[in-house]
Amino acid sequence: MGIIKRIRSNFSAALNRIFKRGRTRRIGIYGPPNAGKTTLANRIVRDFTGDVVGSVSNIPHETRRAHRREGVTIKSDNSAITLDIVDTPGLATKIDFQDFMKAGLSEDESRRRAKEATEGVIEAVRWLDDLEGVILVMDATEDPFTQVNVTVIGNMEARNLPLLIAANKIDLENSAPSRIKSAFPQHPMVPISALNGDNIDILYGKIADHFR
Amino acid sequence: MKGIQLDMISKEKLDRLTSVEKIRMILDGVENGKIIVLESGLTPQEETKLIEATMTKITPGEFSGIEIESYPSGASQSWLNKLLKKPGSGSRLTMIGPADQLKMIKRDRDVISALVSAR
Repeated sequence: MGIIKRIRSNFSAALNRIFKRGRTRRIGIYGPPNAGKTTLANRIVRDFTGDVVGSVSNIPHETRRAHRREGVTIKSDNSAITLDIVDTPGLATKIDFQDFMKAGLSEDESRRRAKEATEGVIEAVRWLDDLEGVILVMDATEDPFTQVNVTVIGNMEARNLPLLIAANKIDLENSAPSRIKSAFPQHPMVPISALNGDNIDILYGKIADHFR
Repeated sequence: MKGIQLDMISKEKLDRLTSVEKIRMILDGVENGKIIVLESGLTPQEETKLIEATMTKITPGEFSGIEIESYPSGASQSWLNKLLKKPGSGSRLTMIGPADQLKMIKRDRDVISALVSAR
């Protein structure tokens, strides 16, 4: 993109941010399978509406369709923001039905789940074009340098859209959110446990501030 | 000699290809068991298109997808890039192979260590 075009694009984005302030923003919850995306989506939606978004499971690719929950107003101490929250299927570059069999599913169930999971990944990728920001959920017990994380961050940076990292599963002994911070220092990160609610108020404050 | 074919694609060749051609070249190679190394990598948008195209190719028992390894984009930015909000150094060297043959051992900001096995 040429310099003039880029300056014009950034100026236009800044104007949009000023004039669209106060309206509902569409935010996607992204991450690899089993990072805790739906657990986090459920906690946010339950805390502010009393409802849930989807079911959770230890078997990867439990969420195989994107779920949008409209008009969730997140309130923190100093501010509030209304979001459409899109809980997306886990992003992956490989899906092997035998992994589901190892998790205890039958061969038929595993093959069906694998097919639906590939469709889910495609849906998650396509949603990226329709979002105004992303909460990237990473498993703080895992290596943060996964291709999924690198790709989602690269896409948000290329689009100049805000991204907030939720370093999840800090309730687990071997979690190391500091590894995530040092891997991607250019983006804000909040260590949380979506399961137990640890630091969840800090995350809400950051969401209200970052996606405004 | 039996072995694994490694195709190293230069930046010059990649610059001549469209996104569709790059993704086609990568997936054709990987489906045939090759390891593809791209000197200048893919853009983030091309990476998502590659993931999308890979998902359509997955066939249980035959092709389970790809392993793709690249470094994160550069964290350090020039003052001009910061002013223009332009991402750092952009795409970098990338290695792509069949998921059942290429396994990442360790990766950090500047080193990728992977294990390649024969089928």
